[in-house]
Amino acid sequence: MSDAAAQRMPMPGGFAPDRTGRTPSRPIEWARRNLFSSVFNTILTLVVLVLAALIVPPVFRWAVTHATILGMTRAACTGDGACWTFIRVRFPRFVYGNYPSEQYWRVDVVVALLVAFCRPVLREGGRHRWLSVLLLLIVFPTLAAILLTGGIFGLAYVDTSLWGGLMLDLIVSFVTVAGSLPLGIVLAFGRRSQLLVVRTLSVGYIEVWRGVPLLTVLFMSAVVMPLFLPDGVSVDRLLRAMAALVLFNAAYMAEVVRGGLQGIAPGQEEAADSLGLSWLQVQAFIVLPQAFRIIVPGIINTVVDLFKDTTLVTIIGLFDLLGAVEQALKDPAWLGFATEGYVFSAAMFFVCCFAMSAYGRSMERRLAMGQ
Amino acid sequence: MLLGVVVAVAWFLVSIAASSSGRRHAALGFGYLADPTNFDIPFRLIPWAVGDSYGRALLVCVLNTLLVSAMSIVAATLLGLLVGIMRLSTNWLVRNIALGFVELVRNTPQLVQIIFWYVAVLQTLPGPRQSIRLPFGTLLNIRGLYLPSFIANDLAATQWPLALVLLLAIPFVWRLPFRGFPFGVKSLLLLMPALLAFLAGVDHTDLPAMQGFNIAGGVQVVPELVALWAGLSIYAAAFIAEIVRAAILSVHKGQREAALSLGLRPRQVLSKVVLPQALRVMVPPTTSQYLNIIKSSSLGAAVAYPELYEIFAGTAMMQSNREIESIALLMGVFLSINLAVSAFMNWYNHRIVFLGR
Repeated sequence: MSDAAAQRMPMPGGFAPDRTGRTPSRPIEWARRNLFSSVFNTILTLVVLVLAALIVPPVFRWAVTHATILGMTRAACTGDGACWTFIRVRFPRFVYGNYPSEQYWRVDVVVALLVAFCRPVLREGGRHRWLSVLLLLIVFPTLAAILLTGGIFGLAYVDTSLWGGLMLDLIVSFVTVAGSLPLGIVLAFGRRSQLLVVRTLSVGYIEVWRGVPLLTVLFMSAVVMPLFLPDGVSVDRLLRAMAALVLFNAAYMAEVVRGGLQGIAPGQEEAADSLGLSWLQVQAFIVLPQAFRIIVPGIINTVVDLFKDTTLVTIIGLFDLLGAVEQALKDPAWLGFATEGYVFSAAMFFVCCFAMSAYGRSMERRLAMGQ
Repeated sequence: MLLGVVVAVAWFLVSIAASSSGRRHAALGFGYLADPTNFDIPFRLIPWAVGDSYGRALLVCVLNTLLVSAMSIVAATLLGLLVGIMRLSTNWLVRNIALGFVELVRNTPQLVQIIFWYVAVLQTLPGPRQSIRLPFGTLLNIRGLYLPSFIANDLAATQWPLALVLLLAIPFVWRLPFRGFPFGVKSLLLLMPALLAFLAGVDHTDLPAMQGFNIAGGVQVVPELVALWAGLSIYAAAFIAEIVRAAILSVHKGQREAALSLGLRPRQVLSKVVLPQALRVMVPPTTSQYLNIIKSSSLGAAVAYPELYEIFAGTAMMQSNREIESIALLMGVFLSINLAVSAFMNWYNHRIVFLGR
């Protein structure tokens, strides 16, 4: 371990840049500086290359050259490579779950609406940002709920037990973010409150939720919450899971927001106070907008985490992407393609999460430059 | 007023729960922990028999949870340090492999990773007959990893505790002054008598071997434990690697240059100047990664590793029919483990911060 780190320091025995006397071409120069700068680095490079030669070709053979993707049945997969046919055939199920296939367009419309409503929120320097945030948090969920559930305006009713796949991950994540962020802001203010009762309750809430595993919280929503409901009242299982996720993630959001609030100089608040603004006005127009600048990367991190955590709903019996893959793996017509299934679901999550964290990082850089 | 509202809501919920569970079975309470159980726990550290009390089942599960958490914390720290330092290597290949590892691991769900290790890797291992043979008589197959075990003789009762005491003494002897300097590396000489004391207590080694249709002898590490261990430690290692990297970068460049100009070797610069200062920055975020590992150990339920969640939100709850007590137990135990770990890490943090100044 310390050997690799020691390479950060200059080491004797490296190649002199111009030992041969000729001006080396650019790639050779690059390789010399980045791969063979010292004896130890040369050994390291060779070891890595040998390992790569041992690992990469078999994986490539399995995933690409010997793999199958055409055909409609298991019989198409005859080679010793991966059977992507399985993924291709079941793909709609992985994305839409058990949603009726003639109604897929409704999900597509919701995704298009989501993109349309998100754009003004994410665009830099928009003029009515608060308005677009409100639209995204109130109008869009209403439209989406009507479209997805149906039952009115001539849309066929689709029970939430049929929702699944990547679509379910997206819905659950969106609801969780939209619910936990406002609650988290309230909790963050509660934690800074002058009132002992409010402060103690907020701290207790945040610390308890952060101290227990998400799985126990989901378990509570699935098994224990129904016991607390009065007789004759039953709440949809998906709704219960989403409520649990909102309550749980609010504690994490609260800590992110608190970090941002602490980053605002007290002079800002005092100046606004002395101008005669009310507490609410100070927080809404002076403190929060500045704090949001600081906390957006933190929020994006939390969003990535909770998006990954939506897979846990599989354990309480909802069929998200991972659940849909596991369901497909149990299909007698397609037994034995576990590796393909899990690699596929990991890849889907990777694409979504990587895009989000890359966006978060670029935002962080822009904010750092602005200061 | 707010307090009043909270109390009223809590009382209302409890009264509903009490009446609804009253319809189902006996009143709320933890008396059932003394009742006999009717299920087996396939992997345990202490003896367990069907019919033992729920209380003992709780103890078995807490130990299983602690075992996988402790193993993962150690592995994640080592792997995280390694990858974090690789991220800063001057070697382009090494640096980018570390980056690829971190990005790949951090951007896929932990649950997918754990199930992947279990189903796609460990379940494809050969059967007991075609076990993969590893050094020291270790066998690896679809039923897990079989390690050789040591069978104790009469001397073990005194010799093994002695070996343990000698081992635990090393960190203290390390700092004892000896002719003006601490013992330091010389304290590792204590390893020799410790090893001798241990060997004196060993009667013979028990190597795992095929017997009939199964493998007898040795110690079996079940694949569920291995999968959960791999999933927890690799996931946390990616986060710890980023913490390590940021911490090393946070040490001012002048510190390193000053140490080099004083004539310290690069390795000394790293171990005496850079790492001790980076450690201070590392401890608080690493603590929260440790707490995450402990909380995520509940994902063992996905591969049926018998830890707290798997048993107490599963078999034990089904059989005792006590949902509310089970969830209270689960949350209570996890909360107390987490509070204990964070108290310990706070104490450690306090100590290293003051040692250096």
